[in-house]
Amino acid sequence: MAEKHKFLEVKGLTMDFGGLRAVDSVSLEVCEGEIAALIGPNGAGKTTFFNCVTGIYTPTQGEILLHPKELPTRRLNGLKPNKVTEMGLARTFQNIRLFSDMTVLENVMIGRHCRTHSGIFRSILRGKGVREEEQQIVETSYQLLEKVGLADFATEFSKNLPYGAQRRLEIARAMATEPFLLLLDEPAAGMNPQETAELDQLICKISAEDRIAILLIEHDMKLVMNISNHIYVMEYGKKIAEGSPQQIKDNPKVIEAYLGEETDA
Amino acid sequence: MTDMLKEFKQSILISLWFVFLTFPLMVVRVNTTESLVEWRWMNMVWVALGSFILSYLWRYMLARQQARKKVADSGLEKQSKVTLLLEDATFRYRAMAVLLVLALIFPLAFDTYQSTIMISALIYVVLGLGLNITVGLAGLLDLGYVAFFAVGAYSYALLNHHFDLGFWTVLPLGGILGCLFGIILGFPILRLRGDYLAIVTLGFGMIVKIVLENWSDFSFGPSGIAQIDRPGLFGIDMDLAGSTIYIYYIMIAMVVFTILVTMRLRNSRIGRAWIALREDEIACVAMGIDMARTKLSAYALGAFWAGMVGVLFAAKTTFINPASFTFMESAIILSIVVLGGMGSILGVILGAFILILLPEYMRAFSEYRMLAFGAAMVLMMIFRPQGIISNIRQKYEYKGLQKETDNG
Ligand SMILES: Nc1ncnc2c1ncn2[C@@H]1O[C@H](COP(=O)(O)OP(=O)(O)OP(=O)(O)O)[C@@H](O)[C@H]1O
Ligand SMILES: [Mg+2]
Repeated sequence: MAEKHKFLEVKGLTMDFGGLRAVDSVSLEVCEGEIAALIGPNGAGKTTFFNCVTGIYTPTQGEILLHPKELPTRRLNGLKPNKVTEMGLARTFQNIRLFSDMTVLENVMIGRHCRTHSGIFRSILRGKGVREEEQQIVETSYQLLEKVGLADFATEFSKNLPYGAQRRLEIARAMATEPFLLLLDEPAAGMNPQETAELDQLICKISAEDRIAILLIEHDMKLVMNISNHIYVMEYGKKIAEGSPQQIKDNPKVIEAYLGEETDA
Repeated sequence: MTDMLKEFKQSILISLWFVFLTFPLMVVRVNTTESLVEWRWMNMVWVALGSFILSYLWRYMLARQQARKKVADSGLEKQSKVTLLLEDATFRYRAMAVLLVLALIFPLAFDTYQSTIMISALIYVVLGLGLNITVGLAGLLDLGYVAFFAVGAYSYALLNHHFDLGFWTVLPLGGILGCLFGIILGFPILRLRGDYLAIVTLGFGMIVKIVLENWSDFSFGPSGIAQIDRPGLFGIDMDLAGSTIYIYYIMIAMVVFTILVTMRLRNSRIGRAWIALREDEIACVAMGIDMARTKLSAYALGAFWAGMVGVLFAAKTTFINPASFTFMESAIILSIVVLGGMGSILGVILGAFILILLPEYMRAFSEYRMLAFGAAMVLMMIFRPQGIISNIRQKYEYKGLQKETDNG
């Protein structure tokens, strides 16, 4: 079998906050068609790792390389978050960051921003092209809402949605930017078992139907073991293990790191 | 029921306390010439009654506010009747047509004085709508907004004085210069937030005023510029009354233009980006929106209107000096936006009329103007933080919509 195409390649990523080394030379890869997971105890540096990759922090050291299929390789270090998103890498947030005073549909429409073009003058004139583009934005966004099962809430304010629905809305909004790689930060946090099962299906569907590679942070071990092909484990900023779900389950280092931690596995 | 009794008791206590506090001032009066002490018991009754009623009203409103908040939090919020009416498109068009007709016959029905007052109210409508883009939509505080107004006014005054340029030539130029200054202000404060933003924009407003006051070679200093040409109409000579009516109609056209453009902007891709920026900056950039560009466009497009209407202001008064561009003006424009409703176009228009016309027509109370102003703001913040009229939502049409309404 030929070597799989790597979408994301992170080499020796290090992030310091003053004296605190939150991420310590972590290397990681996400390949095409893969669902990868990043796990570890609280405060291990997972979210910080995401923030470095998506341009919210500039890493102290290391290389973040994005290999899109058709375009040349890009180095993401120091790129602004919006540029990273434009390159095709979208994310969700651990502490939900929806636009609370906008409707569910409008939240998704924001995701379409970087794939549409109407400028100030054309928006004021509101010619045929602009109106068509607007309509296109609305339709695409609505289809995404259908995909994540939120179509019935389209006109609701996002702040009025239940917790699990808000997390799914974040996924829809990220998908609206047409990514080829999706980073999910604890998508199942705060969900009940049924919602988690639905999320499980949704992530698999996104991976299979939309051909989007996924890297997710998650504490729910059942979900992680179910859906991921490859797992990375972090502790105190360092990567302590990687491998298939079975390898991770049997890894003594991982068991030790999680000892005393509450896990569902 | 027990609640009401409790409120009642509390209010009585408060009124007693007030009576006690104001007793020496309101009730006892020592007549020094005749060495007599007057006891004005009636005053005491008034104080007691007044404070009781106010206190009870206050408590009642607060309780209602709390109840409403609870409903809103549970997501069962009912839209008020006014909002529902406003969302009805046919009603909106009819109301707009009626208002426009009323606005058009206004100067014919009333005298020049009334038209002049109306013109200044309309100027504030445009200023409010402009600032509404920066503050209301994009959520970027701007305490120096009057600076852009000054830029517009001075650009017309100076260009007219030195080069004899006419009103219609400078009108778009004033807007563009306003834009430019908006970008100049925007650049250094791209990274700032909250308090820092307030201080820097405040400083910017001050700087512009101080420059105008002190750079006499350029701006003629505190004495200002006089004999600025009124707007021309194909070289026809007009008397003061005629010219006032003419300016009034220009102003109406400008307001309509402003409403049209800001409405389209708000309901566009750009407007949504502004609102997203206001809601959550980090999520906004993570969704691929260029923060610098969005912020600069909000400042520039907000400033455009101030620059443009500044030109008209100079042409209307025919005399300007730096004293017209104090911080107080910025504060009033900001109050218009906050009072009217952040981001709500209709609210801002109403806010401008209330804040500019009420003091005009209630000259008798002009001494208490600032007092009433402050009290109104505090009350608004407590009871109606979303402003007089909250934002009317845009409706979108999509394929799934039909199915949805059939079910519901
Ligand atoms: N902006 C920051 N400034 C300083 N320290 C930070 C910052 N962000 C994160 N940290 C620290 O970095 C460490 C890693 O935090 P991070 O949020 O990445 O953990 P995490 O693995 O996502 O944990 P959790 O599972 O609880 O979400 C923590 O000790 C945290 O306090
Ligand atoms: Mg985290």
